[in-house]
Amino acid sequence: MRRFLGILVLALLTFSAAPGTLVSESMAGESRVPLPSPAKAFKGEQCVEPAAVMRREHMVYLQHQRDETVRDGIRGKKYSLKECVACHATASPKIADGSVRTLQPFCAECHAYAAVTIDCFACHTDKPDNSKSSAVLDDDALMAMIENHLKSPGNTELKQ
Amino acid sequence: MTKAFDVSKRRLLAGSAALAGIAVAPGITLIATSEARGAGPATSKNRWGLLIDSTKCTAGCDECVVACRTEQGWQGHDRPTTDAQWIRKVSLKDNSTGATHSLPVMCQHCENPPCVDVCPTGASMQRADGIVLVDKHICIGCRYCMMACPYKARSFVHEDVTDQKTHMPRGKGTVESCTLCVHRIDADGIPACVEACTEKAENAMMFGDLNDPGSDIAKELSKQVTTRLRADLGLEPGVHYRGIG
Ligand code: HEC
Ligand code: HEC
Ligand code: HEC
Repeated sequence: MRRFLGILVLALLTFSAAPGTLVSESMAGESRVPLPSPAKAFKGEQCVEPAAVMRREHMVYLQHQRDETVRDGIRGKKYSLKECVACHATASPKIADGSVRTLQPFCAECHAYAAVTIDCFACHTDKPDNSKSSAVLDDDALMAMIENHLKSPGNTELKQ
Repeated sequence: MTKAFDVSKRRLLAGSAALAGIAVAPGITLIATSEARGAGPATSKNRWGLLIDSTKCTAGCDECVVACRTEQGWQGHDRPTTDAQWIRKVSLKDNSTGATHSLPVMCQHCENPPCVDVCPTGASMQRADGIVLVDKHICIGCRYCMMACPYKARSFVHEDVTDQKTHMPRGKGTVESCTLCVHRIDADGIPACVEACTEKAENAMMFGDLNDPGSDIAKELSKQVTTRLRADLGLEPGVHYRGIG
């Protein structure tokens, strides 16, 4: 049942992300169907796979790479949880007054919506190495932030 | 049972897992992987180990312990009976002469690890290159491995953990121990304890590939007889000690 719900949600999300559909036109806020709005990535132009694929498959990739890394010592591959954190941890005024970057505004936004509970962050930190949102930004991240800011007035749409 | 360990089955399983790993990775690559160094996989060509010279190790010094704690983030709650302890300084005294010496003890990365034999889920595991680890993803916290280890090298995490290091996830309800700094080894580095001992202390620790006759550690080992703790158990530890025999 939960699986089915998840697929339904994902289908909805994917559908709504296709440009030109009715749903995507009404995404800006007035939609009658509430949708999750995961925070925009902190850095990076695109995800490790197209966003539509990631929405569906991220848990499979993560689990697969987890076993490869821990058991076989294969590192530096693209579905690293540490790397998800580096790109997707963002500051939010709701968390420590926006002073730290965490994954909450991204992962938890969708998971709360789809009633998914993950335990990964009981062990893995959801804060990047330099988690303070001010002062310690590397150049890369700073440029990405500025670009993101210029590109997106609303920060919430699910467009790719 | 004395020395009769059946390792062949485990070897076989590890081998087939490595093979299965090759046949994957489909899909479209949009961006290149960030860092491809040390990509692995770990192979049995290497056998990582340590050589610890207790004649150089000084009693008051705990730079290796401090370095490990800082690197891996296992600082405790001032509760010595339950706090995690991945590496500890041990003092030995020869009662007949009164002479003492000091040495660090951590997971001995046995070739025939009893902790792996007793694990009911396969979480306690040995990599192809000999490093003994807990795969915390499937650890159920039963602690059989802690009881099986003759070196008391493993700890159980009793409390919630926050602010972990990005490279070392830790959480309540699982067992953990020295990883030989696997994250550093996979990036061509050396363990934090060895680095600290070399840079800040008496240069009593050496890390390297026991399988490579040309490595510094293999050359040192061939010069002088070394001792392995409880060698009588036949576990073939990867950690060698000098000066305690
Ligand atoms: C190089 C930076 C980068 C990395 C690494 C990365 N992502 Fe992304 N991800 C992005 C960008 C950029 C998007 C596009 C949407 C956006 O701007 O937020 C995205 C989109 C997504 C989406 C769809 C979000 C939506 O709005 O519907 C998911 C799910 C996702 N990523 C999960 C992951 C997971 C899980 C990992 C780790 C395996 C990961 N990402 C690693 C940058 C990254
Ligand atoms: C009980 C603690 C624990 C929990 C819970 C846990 N992990 Fe891990 N995870 C670890 C440890 C320890 C490592 C090994 C780190 C290393 O060697 O670099 C690891 C490594 C990984 C890696 C490879 C390293 C990286 O950053 O890419 C992935 C991927 C991963 N875990 C995914 C997950 C996912 C997904 C979940 C939740 C479903 C999860 N883990 C839950 C402890 C945990
Ligand atoms: C676009 C929405 C969305 C985003 C963003 C998202 N997830 Fe998910 N995630 C889901 C949905 C929906 C499911 C459940 C799918 C199912 O049950 O079939 C799920 C399931 C998972 C699972 C498997 C849980 C289980 O019990 O099997 C893991 C692990 C996971 N997500 C990790 C992450 C991580 C880590 C992030 C952030 C880097 C993230 N997800 C971001 C929607 C999302």
